Amino acid sequence: MGGVMRRELWVNAALWLGLICVPLWAHWAGEPFTITLATRAVIFAVAAVGLNIALGLGGLVSLGHAAFFGIGGYAMGILAFHAQNYQPLFEWPFVFEGSQSMPLIWVVAFAVSGLCAFVIGLLALRTSGVYFIMITLAFGQMFYFFSISWAAYGGEDGMLIYVRNGFPGLNTLDPIQFYGLCFAVLSAALLVQARLARSPFGLALNAARQVPERVRAVGLDPVRLRLLAFTLSGAITGLAGALFADLNRFVSPSMFSWQLSGEFIVFIIIGGTARLFGPVVGAMVFVGLEHLLGGLSEYWHVWFGALLLGIVLFGQGGVIGMIAGKARAHD
Amino acid sequence: MTEVLETRGLRKAFGALQATDDVSLTLRAGEIHAIIGPNGAGKSTLIGQICGTLPPDSGSVHLNGVDVTGLSTQARAGRGLARTFQISQLAMEDTALQNVLLGAVGASKRAWRFWRPALRHADLRDRAEAALARVGLDGHAATVTAELSHGQRRQLEVAVALTLNPQVFIMDEPMAGLGAEGSARLTPLLDSLRQEAPILLVEHDMDAVFALADRISVLVYGRIIASGTVEDIRRDPAVRDAYLGDAE
Ligand SMILES: Nc1ncnc2c1ncn2[C@@H]1O[C@H](COP(=O)(O)OP(=O)(O)OP(=O)(O)O)[C@@H](O)[C@H]1O
Ligand SMILES: [Mg+2]
Repeated sequence: MGGVMRRELWVNAALWLGLICVPLWAHWAGEPFTITLATRAVIFAVAAVGLNIALGLGGLVSLGHAAFFGIGGYAMGILAFHAQNYQPLFEWPFVFEGSQSMPLIWVVAFAVSGLCAFVIGLLALRTSGVYFIMITLAFGQMFYFFSISWAAYGGEDGMLIYVRNGFPGLNTLDPIQFYGLCFAVLSAALLVQARLARSPFGLALNAARQVPERVRAVGLDPVRLRLLAFTLSGAITGLAGALFADLNRFVSPSMFSWQLSGEFIVFIIIGGTARLFGPVVGAMVFVGLEHLLGGLSEYWHVWFGALLLGIVLFGQGGVIGMIAGKARAHD
Repeated sequence: MTEVLETRGLRKAFGALQATDDVSLTLRAGEIHAIIGPNGAGKSTLIGQICGTLPPDSGSVHLNGVDVTGLSTQARAGRGLARTFQISQLAMEDTALQNVLLGAVGASKRAWRFWRPALRHADLRDRAEAALARVGLDGHAATVTAELSHGQRRQLEVAVALTLNPQVFIMDEPMAGLGAEGSARLTPLLDSLRQEAPILLVEHDMDAVFALADRISVLVYGRIIASGTVEDIRRDPAVRDAYLGDAE
């Protein structure tokens, strides 16, 4: 048992160091495109780490997490759109011009997507199983169609943000510096998940997934535990959405698409459900294949699907599980 | 003696089946009150209504003189109602220690702590380890529950209840599937528990019931047909007919 834990720790450390070294190498070798790929993978990883808190720890299969990703994206888009066009976002109780400052955008993206997750969770968590999946999917689709119809913010075409938003003391237009920011956010999200999983809350949440009846019998409400997990989960995925919008300097309804929600789930399954670095591996594999195979054929998803099938059929525990062994209770 | 737990006129029907039929009973401080009855008599249904997992059609449940009929399962647990399940309800992926720790977390209202690992809350861990030791599982703290034997899981069920600051224990067949040897091992433990809180004990194992119970109530077709001391029940002709007759 200790052996498996220690091996997973080494695998995680190697992955984390790899995420530092490879982009640095690309920077020195003058390969900015590699850095952009790594940034994309890291941002997807943040989104999937968020989902993993609901899905991996809480057992909540949400097929609507792109809603939060999109809300984070639009939070960035709307704030930056007003700032770049010099149209105040609101004039009462004070004049607010929007913002192109990342720290503020991140706070707004985190808070608004967390709030939406809370409200959606309040309704969806009355159900479970397939119904929960369907309700989260339905909410995701509502946001998707709403964004298409929202002409003030680009409707179907989305919004272009001309200049990447700023971060105090950094030049965010430099790929490696923007990567560093995204990597820092990923590290923070991983730290939060790692601490949460072992905390009293994580213990209770994990038990609520396995034996809700027992959790009630010790005086705790499984639905409340899940609601908090879902809220935090949505907030983190929303933060990833803001970063993604900044990477592309573009926001569009496709950030809300249910295919993306499905891909987040797939990242987790490929990497290993509830494994700390599972979403990181899944996102890296996805972005890697997208790059390598996407150039060969536009039907590269077929190969991605085959990989997923292989992992589900033969490698439970995902890539991390195959390298580090079956997940075991910690300590 | 003071009544820690009381039910008044509980009724519960499943369709045409009257599973609980006007059940009024009491549990007093320091005693073990056993409920016996044949399979399907409605024992688990009664426990469900006491613990709040099943709403009664009518009647009420009182804990320390307070009507808790409208309270949720978790609210009743918070008031010291500690139950064990007929079919073990344990987090199979977690270790034995984590299962008892969950009880300590619930009882201490510390589920909303997000940063320090649960195992590093020293007071919770102490309480959890003491509960494991009490049931004789201290050597298995780090064992994953799925790998415990059936008997050890039954012990773990009791250990979780021990962490809950119990005012009253409600135990649904704690000896289920244990065999004579296992029951004999659990009997002295339950005997000692009544000092901490009285026990409402549903049990099929007659040796255990006769050894432990201060009072026995006999439930048949949802109705209490007899209630009294061990001697009263042994002698009661209706009980011999309805229950002991076919059990022995
Ligand atoms: N949810 C339910 N819906 C319909 N009928 C039920 C339900 N739960 C229990 N019953 C029926 O109610 C009766 C009492 O069941 P209960 O489980 O309370 O019996 P028990 O005395 O605990 O039996 P055992 O000794 O086998 O545990 C049985 O006939 C059972 O089939
Ligand atoms: Mg029963």
